[in-house]
Amino acid sequence: MTLPNLNHYDSIQLTPEGQLKHFLTIEGLHEALLNEILDTAESFVDMSAQQVKKVPLLRGKTVANLFFEASTRTLSTFELAAKRLSADVLNLNISTSSTSKGETLKDTLMTLRAMHCDMFVVRHSASGAAHFIAEHVTPDVAVINAGDGRHAHPTQAMLDMLTIRQHKGDFSKLKVAIVGDILHSRVARSQIHALRILGAEEIRVIAPQTLLPRHIEAMGVKVFNEMSRGLRDVDVVIMLRLQKERMQTALLPSESEFYKLFGLTEAKLAYAKPDAIIMHPGPINRGVEIESSVADGPRSVILQQVTNGIAVRMAVMSMAMSGQLKQHQLRSEAAGA
Amino acid sequence: MNIKITGGRIIDPATGLDEITDLYIRDGEIFAIGEPSHALHYDEVIDVTGKVVAPGFIDLCAHLREPGETHKGSIASETAAAAAGGITTLVTPPTTRPIVDTPAVAELIQDRAADAGFSRVMPMGALTQGLQGEQLAPLHALTGSGCIAFTNARLPVKNTLSLLRCLEYAATFDLLVVFQAQDDSLTHTGCMHEGANATRMGLSGIPEAAETIEVSRCLLLVEQTGVRAHFGQLSCERSVQLVHAAQQRGLQVTADVAAHQLILSDEQVNEFDSSLHLHPPLRSALDRAGLIQGILSGAVTAICSDHQPQDLISKQAPFAETAPGLSGLETLLPLCLSLVERKLIELPHLIEKLTVAPANILGLESGTLQEGKPADICIFDPNAEWVVSDESIRSAGKNTPLKGKLLKGRVTTTLLGGRIVYRSS
Repeated sequence: MTLPNLNHYDSIQLTPEGQLKHFLTIEGLHEALLNEILDTAESFVDMSAQQVKKVPLLRGKTVANLFFEASTRTLSTFELAAKRLSADVLNLNISTSSTSKGETLKDTLMTLRAMHCDMFVVRHSASGAAHFIAEHVTPDVAVINAGDGRHAHPTQAMLDMLTIRQHKGDFSKLKVAIVGDILHSRVARSQIHALRILGAEEIRVIAPQTLLPRHIEAMGVKVFNEMSRGLRDVDVVIMLRLQKERMQTALLPSESEFYKLFGLTEAKLAYAKPDAIIMHPGPINRGVEIESSVADGPRSVILQQVTNGIAVRMAVMSMAMSGQLKQHQLRSEAAGA
Repeated sequence: MNIKITGGRIIDPATGLDEITDLYIRDGEIFAIGEPSHALHYDEVIDVTGKVVAPGFIDLCAHLREPGETHKGSIASETAAAAAGGITTLVTPPTTRPIVDTPAVAELIQDRAADAGFSRVMPMGALTQGLQGEQLAPLHALTGSGCIAFTNARLPVKNTLSLLRCLEYAATFDLLVVFQAQDDSLTHTGCMHEGANATRMGLSGIPEAAETIEVSRCLLLVEQTGVRAHFGQLSCERSVQLVHAAQQRGLQVTADVAAHQLILSDEQVNEFDSSLHLHPPLRSALDRAGLIQGILSGAVTAICSDHQPQDLISKQAPFAETAPGLSGLETLLPLCLSLVERKLIELPHLIEKLTVAPANILGLESGTLQEGKPADICIFDPNAEWVVSDESIRSAGKNTPLKGKLLKGRVTTTLLGGRIVYRSS
C-alpha cells in the first residue's frame, strides 16, 4: 500500500514552470525564487522614493483583502502595495461580519468568488487557512497569505530578509537570533524557513521553554534559553512581539520577569556583534520585549522594515498575478487547441 | 436456509483451525467444518476458492451517528458499511444525541440495527449521566437494556473521587468499563500529535502525556477497585507499556488500537489535509512501532476501526476547525492485511485480533466458527486490489485519508446468522 504523499507545497503555490501563483508559505521554495522576490522588491523600493509611485502591473485587477483577524499595519501595507500596482482594492474585515453570523469559511469564499476578484490577501487565526482558501478558489485567483494562525507569515519574513540583505549582503556568514514567543509566532516559522533557504550560517531561537514549541530544533535552529549565550556574536537580532494575554496563562509569570530575562536592553545587546542590527515585526511593546533606547537607537532597522514591507508585498503580488496569467494563457491555449 | 461454503482457507483462531476445507451452515448456525456427519440439502453453494473464510469481525469502536447526527451517517448506512467491511458485530460509543444514559436510547439503537439487519450492534452506555462526569448513570438498568460496556468516552471523569465511585459501582456487577483515555487540559485545543510536524505547521499539539497520564490514573483506580477494564484506541507506545506492566501484575485489563494507527503516523500529516485530523491523533513513527509491538506481545488485545464518519462540510475548513475522525469500517481489513503483507504478523494471529480476542474482552461467545455458533462469517480475498473512492465505500462518511489509494484485500461475502448481508458485485 502506498502512503499519502509527503510535501506538496510546490504544487499548491507554484505553476508547473516553477512560477509563483499563490504565496502561502516559504517552506519548500527555492533560493532562486526567494532572490527573485527580493530583487523585484528592491526595484519597488527605489520606485517608492520617486514622485510618481504607481506602476500599472495590476491595472484592471481587483484585490480583496480578507482579514478574518484584526490588523492595522499589515492590512494598510497590503492596501498601499495593491494601489501602487494600480489595482482596485476591496478591504473586508470579516471577523466582525459573516463569521459571527455563523457563515462557514467555505460559504464566505463562495460568495467572494462570485464577485470575481483576481487576488485574495488572507489573514486568518487558523493555521492552514490560506492553504484551504487556495485549494477552494477558482483557478485564476491568486492567494497571498498575510498570516495564518501560528503557521506562516511569508511576506513578513521576506521583508525581513530584504532588510537583512540591505544591511549585510551575503546570508552565508550570518548568525541570526530570534527572541521571544516562538511558540505562537508565524513570523518566526517563516523567518526560519527563509533564513535556511537563503543559507544563513546559524539560526538561533532564544526563549524560555514555555514559549518554544516542541521539536523546534527539527526546523534547523539552535535553541538557547538565555540571552547572554544566545546573542553571542550574532549579526541580526529579531525580537518578537509578546502578546500580553500570555501572562494570563502559565506561560510566563510577569512582564517584568520576562523583560529582565529576555527583553533586549542595551546591556544584553552588548553580547551581539558591534554592528548587529535589531529587527521587530511590530507593533513593539516598549519595556516588555525591547528597551526604548534600543528600539529607537542607531542599530534598529524597525522602520525600514515597514518601508520594505510595501515593496515586498508589491513584488509578491505582481509575481503571483503574472504566474496566474501565464497559467491562464496556457489553459486557454490548451482549450483552443 | 442451508449453505455450503467450499474451497476456502478456513481460519478460526479460537480453535487454531487453518486449513482449506468446506464449511456448512444450517438454520443460521455453523453446522460442520470438513465433512458433515450426515448429508444435507443446500440452498446455496458458495465457491470461495482462493479466499479466506473467517469469523465475522468484531469492532470495538464504531460511531454510527444515530440518533442525533444522521447527516453524518445512520445506523442503517453504517451497519451496511460494516457488513461490506466483514464486520458482523460492532460496539458503538454512547456519544449520540441523546447520549446513551437511559435504557430507551440503548434500546432504540438496537431496534434500528435489528431493523436494518446488517450487523449486530452493541451499545456502550454512558458511565456518568450526560457524560458529565458527576453522577453515575444507571449502569444496571442499562445493562438490562443491552449495554455491553460503559465508558465516559473522551470526556474524562475529572473528579477522581467520582471516577473511583463509578469503578466501584461497575465492579459490583462485574461490568466492563472502557477508557478512551484523554486528559482534558493537556488535549486542550490540540489537533495533532505534538511533534516536529505540528511545530512546523503551527498547529497546536496534543502531547503523549494527554493519554499516558489518564491511562496511569485509570490503571491505579482499576487496581484499587478490581473492575474489569479495557483501554480503547491507544495511540502511544508508552500507554501500551503501562497497560502491559499492569497486565503482568495480574490486573484484568485489555487494550485495543485503531487499525490506521498501525499504518499511518504524524509524518503523513502534511499540507493541512483535514482527512488526517484524527482523535486520538496519529502519533510518531516510534509510537506506531510500539503499537505494533504491543499487538505482537499481546499487550494490545484487539484491533478496531475507530470509525468516525463525517459529512463533507465538517471536513471543509482549516485543519484545526474541522471535525476529527476517519471513516474506517471498510478499510479495517485491508489496513490490517498490509501488516501481514509486510510480514509483521501472521494472518491467523491478525484474525484473532479482529474476532475471538474482542469477543473475549466483551465476554461474548462469538468470534469463532465452532459448531452450533451463529454463522457470522467474513469471506475475503486477501489479494483483491481496489481503490478507495467515494463510490467504492458504502459508509455515509467519505472522510478517509486513503482516498485514491490502492488497497489490497477485500471482503467478498459477509454472513450474519447464516444470512448473506453483503456480497461484492
